[in-house]
Amino acid sequence: MQPTQMINSFSKGLRDGIPIGLGYLSVSFTFGMKAVTDGLPIWAAVVISMTNLTSAGQFAGLTLMTTGAPLFEMALTQMVINMRYSLMSLSLSQKLHKSVTFLDRLLIAFCNTDEIFAVASGQKGEVGKRYFFGLAVTPYLGWAAGTLLGAVASGLLPGFVQSALGIAIYGMFLAIILPPAKHSRPIALVILMAVVLSCLFFWVPGLNQVSGGFVIIICAVAASAVGALFFPIREEESA
Amino acid sequence: METTQLLLYIAVMAGVTYLIRMLPLAIFKTKINSRFLRSFLYYVPYAVLGAMTFPAILFSTSTLPSAIAGFAVALVLAFFERSLLTVALSACGAVLLTEWVMRLVGG
Repeated sequence: MQPTQMINSFSKGLRDGIPIGLGYLSVSFTFGMKAVTDGLPIWAAVVISMTNLTSAGQFAGLTLMTTGAPLFEMALTQMVINMRYSLMSLSLSQKLHKSVTFLDRLLIAFCNTDEIFAVASGQKGEVGKRYFFGLAVTPYLGWAAGTLLGAVASGLLPGFVQSALGIAIYGMFLAIILPPAKHSRPIALVILMAVVLSCLFFWVPGLNQVSGGFVIIICAVAASAVGALFFPIREEESA
Repeated sequence: METTQLLLYIAVMAGVTYLIRMLPLAIFKTKINSRFLRSFLYYVPYAVLGAMTFPAILFSTSTLPSAIAGFAVALVLAFFERSLLTVALSACGAVLLTEWVMRLVGG
């Protein structure tokens, strides 16, 4: 077996992170706006973004805060919504080069978002810490800055601009998953399965009562398991 | 809301979210050998992002037609492997344009 190749350039990571950072700017902008509209002080909106770095979890947390939910419910909700990250961290744990230390991993875990994870996973070979941290810098700053801007600008931005920004993050997701799907039938089928399942959970009565965080976990686990069962990867694909 | 209460909420949110991300990375330091598990983890990102995108993208803007327009534009550009930023901004542009046309036609 040939030695595994490692991606570990900080500047390459930085470059790859810029589009994510710009995407985050728009999404966190809407978060900052909503937080202030819901009655939170500007500093709280920014602190939430800088300590959580997660979109769905933060939006859900906002609702719980403003309705005065018990802390236990807050913990449970965050756990369900964000459980997908444990899958991603597990997947990422297999992707990191052996030079990545335990302390590095503790820091990497903090910035393991959907998009950073997706881009890191998309690299050929293993990933080193310099690449990963380069990748995470711009998204982190973008997420914090966007929140601040949104919180300050709350109410200033016309509704049609807010509406248009809402789709940005999904456009980015599509740009991440479609190119590999085009070149790999198994990947395309796994995505298709996940989408069909997620539609069932959205539209079928009864199933649509399941909370969003669980739905993503169920869809991802089922589709990936079927994929792994019917299209096990060859060794060189897995790194 | 009191500042103490607010800080408690934020601490719980951040703590739970971090633990979820940190534990698997801290625990699984060696390579998993099972071919099934490796394959499973290989497919996870695609499945997660697929499930997160659809049907949620249809409700990400203020009207369904504008979301469909943005979705269509993103699909085509992503299929032709344009950059993340190009795809995301073009989708936003399509939403803006569609809602503008709808306002013209409707009003």
